[in-house]
Amino acid sequence: MDVLRDQNWVLSAGTFLPLVGVLVMLFIPKAEEELSKLVALLTAVATLGVGVYTLTQFDFDQADKLQFFADAEWIKVISSNYTIGLDGMSLPLYFLSMVVTVLVMIYSWNHIPSPGNPKAFLILMLILQTGMAGTFVSQDLILFFVFFEVVLLPMYFMIGVWGGEQRQYASLKFFLYTMFGSALMLVAFIALFFKVRGALPEGVEASFSIPQLVEYGGLLGRSAQIWIFGGMFVGFAVKVPMFPFHTWLPDAHTQAPTQGSVILAAILLKLGTYGFVRIAIPVLPEAAKEWAPWIGLLAVIGIIYGALGCLAQTDMKRLIAFSSVAHMGFVMLGISTLTPMGFNAAIFGMVAHGLITGMLFFIAGSVKERYHTLEIARLSGMLKQIPKLGWILGFCAMASLGLPGLAGFWGEFPAILSAYSPAVGLPEETFRTFMVIAALGTVFAAAYLLWLFQRTAFGEPKPEFAGGDHGHGAHGDDGHGDDLHDVNIFEWIAWTPFLIAIVVFGVYPQLMFKVIDPAVQVALRAFGG
Amino acid sequence: MSSSILARVPWQSPAIDYHAIAPEIVLAGGICLIILVDLFISESRKWITASLAGFVMLGALLPILTLAVSDSDVRTMFDGRYVVDEFALTLKALFLVAGYVVVLLSQNHVEEGDYYQGEYYTLLLTSVTGMVMMASSRDLVSIFVALEFLSIPAYMLAAWRKRDRKSNEAGVKYYLLGVFASAVMLYGMSLLYGVTGSTLLSEIGSRLTVEGQFGGVEALGITFVVIGFAFKVSAVPFHSWAPDTYEGAPIPVTAFLSVASKAAGFVALVTLVYVGFPRAQDVWQPFIWVLAAITMTFGNLLALRQSNIVRLLAYSSISQGGFILMPLAVAGTGDAAGPALQAVVVYLLVYAAMNLGMFAVVITVSRTTRSGEISSLGGLFSYAPALGVLMTIFLASLAGIPPLGGWIAKFGAFRAVLEAGSGWAYAIAVIGAVNSVVAFGYYGNIMREVWMKPAPHGETTTVRTPSSLVAALSITVVGTLLFGILPGTIMRFGDLVDLTGAFGG
Repeated sequence: MDVLRDQNWVLSAGTFLPLVGVLVMLFIPKAEEELSKLVALLTAVATLGVGVYTLTQFDFDQADKLQFFADAEWIKVISSNYTIGLDGMSLPLYFLSMVVTVLVMIYSWNHIPSPGNPKAFLILMLILQTGMAGTFVSQDLILFFVFFEVVLLPMYFMIGVWGGEQRQYASLKFFLYTMFGSALMLVAFIALFFKVRGALPEGVEASFSIPQLVEYGGLLGRSAQIWIFGGMFVGFAVKVPMFPFHTWLPDAHTQAPTQGSVILAAILLKLGTYGFVRIAIPVLPEAAKEWAPWIGLLAVIGIIYGALGCLAQTDMKRLIAFSSVAHMGFVMLGISTLTPMGFNAAIFGMVAHGLITGMLFFIAGSVKERYHTLEIARLSGMLKQIPKLGWILGFCAMASLGLPGLAGFWGEFPAILSAYSPAVGLPEETFRTFMVIAALGTVFAAAYLLWLFQRTAFGEPKPEFAGGDHGHGAHGDDGHGDDLHDVNIFEWIAWTPFLIAIVVFGVYPQLMFKVIDPAVQVALRAFGG
Repeated sequence: MSSSILARVPWQSPAIDYHAIAPEIVLAGGICLIILVDLFISESRKWITASLAGFVMLGALLPILTLAVSDSDVRTMFDGRYVVDEFALTLKALFLVAGYVVVLLSQNHVEEGDYYQGEYYTLLLTSVTGMVMMASSRDLVSIFVALEFLSIPAYMLAAWRKRDRKSNEAGVKYYLLGVFASAVMLYGMSLLYGVTGSTLLSEIGSRLTVEGQFGGVEALGITFVVIGFAFKVSAVPFHSWAPDTYEGAPIPVTAFLSVASKAAGFVALVTLVYVGFPRAQDVWQPFIWVLAAITMTFGNLLALRQSNIVRLLAYSSISQGGFILMPLAVAGTGDAAGPALQAVVVYLLVYAAMNLGMFAVVITVSRTTRSGEISSLGGLFSYAPALGVLMTIFLASLAGIPPLGGWIAKFGAFRAVLEAGSGWAYAIAVIGAVNSVVAFGYYGNIMREVWMKPAPHGETTTVRTPSSLVAALSITVVGTLLFGILPGTIMRFGDLVDLTGAFGG
């Protein structure tokens, strides 16, 4: 075990380094915008450096165990410790959060949304990064909860200050939904602690440590488990978001600035699904079995509902937001099977969705910047005017609909497959029905994504934007045509890693599966593997 | 006649532990000093009284520190009627630090408003002295004396803006309802004395405990006493004075009332419940349960509708009071007693830091905007980013968002309730959870003004923050952050043994 406890400063460094950057930035005058951006970017890069170091030091042969494990006294009186560790299940998400932050920072270099003030904007982003990384490494329920909540306020401000026209409504809705979920989640956590404490064998000291709760959570009575799981379910399901708690998502995504949407889609939604695979299901196996069919049901409703929602949208960004509901439905379907295959698919799906949908939101942001609208009906002929952006959109749409060979496929297909034979004790017929419905969902996905691509990228450019070909607007009043430039250098730098990762993971998914799988086997031990 | 009776009673001067009451002595000396100094200094140098008041508060903290590190844990005086234990020391320190912050908040306000500075600080110190006494009182009489000691100066302070009709209303309302509450409480106390034959809380506790034999008179006495303090802590439905008083009083006084005075009420309530009626929980538990539930709910719902920041804070503090009451609603249930006491103490400490901080920001901002409307805070972040961030920190803390102090306070309250584990406990936990979400509705609304609304025209000058307010803001923000990130620093206070240990159980 000593190998696993070596270098236990690594995760703390990776988590809190962004806050150091925040401290530095506090002393930079607001007017020095370039300096603020530089410091923020350097901080993010340094954090990513720590992340890369973590990756190189990670012992992939022991991905099932918590590595870089650190355990320090924190709030002794409530038996909560500063316990952090990283295993194969959290590593991809932890690393993804760092990558996304760096790329978003690069994108922000010349894309600070109105009303400006990059200093505050980037500070919030760094705080977000700490919250996200912290959530994925926490091995203590209270610590997890704290980090889980830390992301709330920065995102609230990011949407509320730098968002679109309905930003205030959207940000408040986002906040209240999430907060409602986490209030119930906290109550569930505390109840879990006390119940487990009552059931502990002699000589074991109760704590909020997740590994310990996983070990002894199964001792609880069935009905207690079901209630506690219910509290956690609401907390995590709001974050995912699952149908019917999803209504905050389209508003938040549509109104958020591009950077906010990307982070929201790529990482924040995963906090919810991660909560299921890390906490709710391993700790409360009995309740998980009881809840699984219902989770599966809500997941497939989400898939179909999200897809239908997409077909009805007239706004590109809102469409992508609804597609998130559908994709997270696949992830939750995989989770609800309680099988290793389903879990593997789910975690792969989380990362893939993070990459692909994050990319789609980037594209939406760039389209908005160029055309000043995201109304699908007004967009047309992107391939003619700005072909590179158009092709990237096409590529991401293909990835999103689950084309084999791209990352999206490996999240969806195994999830559907795993529903064919769910874990022992789950109703097989029900899950097979879910499987059929989910498979139907992929058809819808193809429909709405291809339709989107067709309407925006094919055909002739609309007359109102037609001036772009000639470089200058015909109206001479800073018309839209002026902005129609193709992908610029900052966008290339920010996007290329995404695009490469989508292909690499699509061609060679084993790269990630081999990291995830050992940890998944551990998480599902209570279900007989 | 009377002299012969006295002669027959063998009277012995009680042993006084001067170290134990040193804080009170410092305060009393300080009060006299300020009155004297005030007489001899010219009008233009009255600010000296403010500085003196601050030094006196800090001076009184010194003996508290020495007491805290001294060997004997519990010092008892007057047959257990006045006790200095760790619980008392913690709260005395809280009152003194809160008092010091209030002095800092008052300095410019009172000076520029041309109020009677010497008298103001004398009364403030007197009130703080009453609170410091309250933390040690373990007897119905000393509790009552401490209560009046802290209340009567507060009545006057509330009406301090003498030419302002609202301030007069504030003072009169506060006075009338406060006196009424005192009367009800006294009636309850007299009933308790009648049935137990003692005013000493620990004796009342042991004589009330014959289970199964619980008369209506006892129940009535307990209820009346609890009602009296429910007024003091402005629990719904005994809260009606609070919004008007808070709005009318000078803002530093409002801060004082909503933090220190309220905390003193809770201290008395805790002492009574734990020492006086520890096994009469069948009477006060359901009562406090109902109080807590409706206090947090109504406080929240009414706060949602406010457009004046101070009024909003009044309702928010009512609702926070409901959260502080919540653990007491299960305090009589076996294992929950310890965590409940701790939850109340921790909540009081955190609440003092964040609420005083909030008032400090409001005072600072209103120096520029000259308005108490929430809409006047529009665009604060754009022209005074530091104040905007501070206000956000305090608001988020009040809303209970980690990693700020408020969350550990709420967490402690939930933990105590869930430890009790009964159906009623779960019910109030859920009510509390829902309420903490609703509360964000109005806290978030202020944040929205600060961050997302444009500044009302003309209000874009930089806000000048006087050094005393800078000090107040620093103290409170450090407290708010520290308590939240390293809760271990305060979670060690308020252990049950410290309170009931002094009475041998």
